Amino acid sequence: MKNDIDLRTLKLEDTTYETRLTKKFLSRQPYARPCPSEIRAHIPGVICDLRVQPGQKVARGESLLVLEAMKMQNDLTAAVSGTVRTVHVSPGDVVPKGHLLIELDLHEHAP
Amino acid sequence: MRSEDEKTRELLKKKESLIQGGGPQAAQKQVSMGKLLARERIMTILDDDSFHEYDMFVEHKCSDFGMDKKQLPGDGVITGTGKIEGHPVCIYAQDFTVAGGSLGLMHARKITKIMDHAIKLGIPIIGINDSGGARIQEGVNSLAGYGEIFFRNTLASGAVPQISIVLGPCAGGAVYSPALTDFVFVVDKITKMFITGPEVIKTVLGEEITMEELGGAKVQAETSGNAHFYAETEQECFAMVKRLVSFIPWNSRKKADRFPPKPPKPHYDLNEIVPLEPRKPYDVREVIRAVCDDSDFLEIQEYWAANIVVGFARLSGETVGIVANQPLVLAGVLDVDSSDKAARFIRFCDAFHIPLVTFVDLPGYLPGVDQEHAGVIRHGAKVLFAYSEATVPKVTIILRKAYGGGYIAMCSRHLGADFVFAWPMAEIAVMGPEGAANIIFRKEISEAEDPEATRLKMVDEYKCKFANPYIAAANGHVDAIIRRDETRDFLIRAIEISGQKQEWRPLKKHGVPPN
Repeated sequence: MKNDIDLRTLKLEDTTYETRLTKKFLSRQPYARPCPSEIRAHIPGVICDLRVQPGQKVARGESLLVLEAMKMQNDLTAAVSGTVRTVHVSPGDVVPKGHLLIELDLHEHAP
Repeated sequence: MRSEDEKTRELLKKKESLIQGGGPQAAQKQVSMGKLLARERIMTILDDDSFHEYDMFVEHKCSDFGMDKKQLPGDGVITGTGKIEGHPVCIYAQDFTVAGGSLGLMHARKITKIMDHAIKLGIPIIGINDSGGARIQEGVNSLAGYGEIFFRNTLASGAVPQISIVLGPCAGGAVYSPALTDFVFVVDKITKMFITGPEVIKTVLGEEITMEELGGAKVQAETSGNAHFYAETEQECFAMVKRLVSFIPWNSRKKADRFPPKPPKPHYDLNEIVPLEPRKPYDVREVIRAVCDDSDFLEIQEYWAANIVVGFARLSGETVGIVANQPLVLAGVLDVDSSDKAARFIRFCDAFHIPLVTFVDLPGYLPGVDQEHAGVIRHGAKVLFAYSEATVPKVTIILRKAYGGGYIAMCSRHLGADFVFAWPMAEIAVMGPEGAANIIFRKEISEAEDPEATRLKMVDEYKCKFANPYIAAANGHVDAIIRRDETRDFLIRAIEISGQKQEWRPLKKHGVPPN
């Protein structure tokens, strides 16, 4: 339960401090901007219905798949219109939060 | 034994049977898990011969699912009163050997009854949790029981100290009783706390994790911050409970016991502990030990958010609550977790008349997307709220750096500190010299023939002018600039002279702290 003793550096407002870093600090994830062409699981769950296949055109708001989580069926829809490039999951798959489900090629001037 | 009448013999026989709890087999199982029995736990915490047990004969009223044929001694929980080093307390311990310590309505009623006693009598309540959860056969009545406990935890909050010792499973809704109390103790390999267990997580989410990894003692002490004290064994845990009880008052109308004053241990030398260079780390707990009685400091939440240190110590015999930035960890920054940790502790101290001593040495807040998105604004605001709201004596000592928002937050004069002292090496400024010089002299530096040399010159200029305690002192924001070896003396005098402090706040039902 002891913090490891090794000192590292932490730069704050142009001053470099010698200090220990915490596990939580070291395991920070770099920020990734959300990408509308990537449909990801917003909650962990099970894929229970896949409604599109590669090559299929989808309009904004069209249902792509149903993700069952916490006994609720979540209808995942396209945020923008496009063509399905890849489907990464099959019905029955258990997916963690943030898992990439479907990739779209966005239509030009996609609303 | 002298000869007893028949009625008395009957009583003794009944008690003898009830004391067996779930019987020898269940007891053997409990022991094989490395756990003490519920009654042994109570006897170990309390002073010898001080325990008075109540409601031993309480029985459950459930008749569904064959429950009417089941006798559950004490309905799976032992309750009573006793003393810890002479301090009276109310105590209960769930008995895992009786129906897995499951909570039914009468089990809960025994707990709420002893809690009501604690609130009325103005004495601490200690709960030992070791339970499989709700007694499913009792249905909604067991949920009612939990709710009635939570209600009393909330009533008792700020009125009497509440201590939870989690010595076994404590899962689902049950975890909210410890969460509502002031201090949660956990023991390695024994404590297991979570809202939803590994099995549910696996079926619903497909994630595999053990109970220990999900909600074991280390996790609660290091990662979640749910626990305040971590021990390797139950015995060590009970010794920590006793130590904690010695520092805190019985209730919110009373002060903590005064102890005979003792000087700090002689080998702590403030001039050696703290490097003059503000970028160099040191362990602020050494500073605390260098000034407090007998160098005796009881740290709370030692392993979580270690960039701030909180805990109890004594100054000239009186309990004080210490809040200190820790330059050894993350340079002592304030962030989401350290703000939560400090704010909760400050509010406990304020509720129980424990003066606050704040040691300041911080560069400011931790920058980062994760921090902003996790709500460092509202979490950081808790510290401002807690300090401003507190009416106990507040003494602040600025050791080295107090920059920007961090300076304001760490119990500055502006948040109502009664006394603010600073060491001569203290830098009280909007930011550190490097950052400030780079902004103020940006043009001069970029246009200079030798930008780096100019930059260093400007940093030096800023340092000379602003990186000191004298501007703050000239404005009355700092009351005294003191030598390091005068620290203990100044703190003791400030606390002593504040003994009769009274401060009024606008009349209201209650404030609405950020959360």
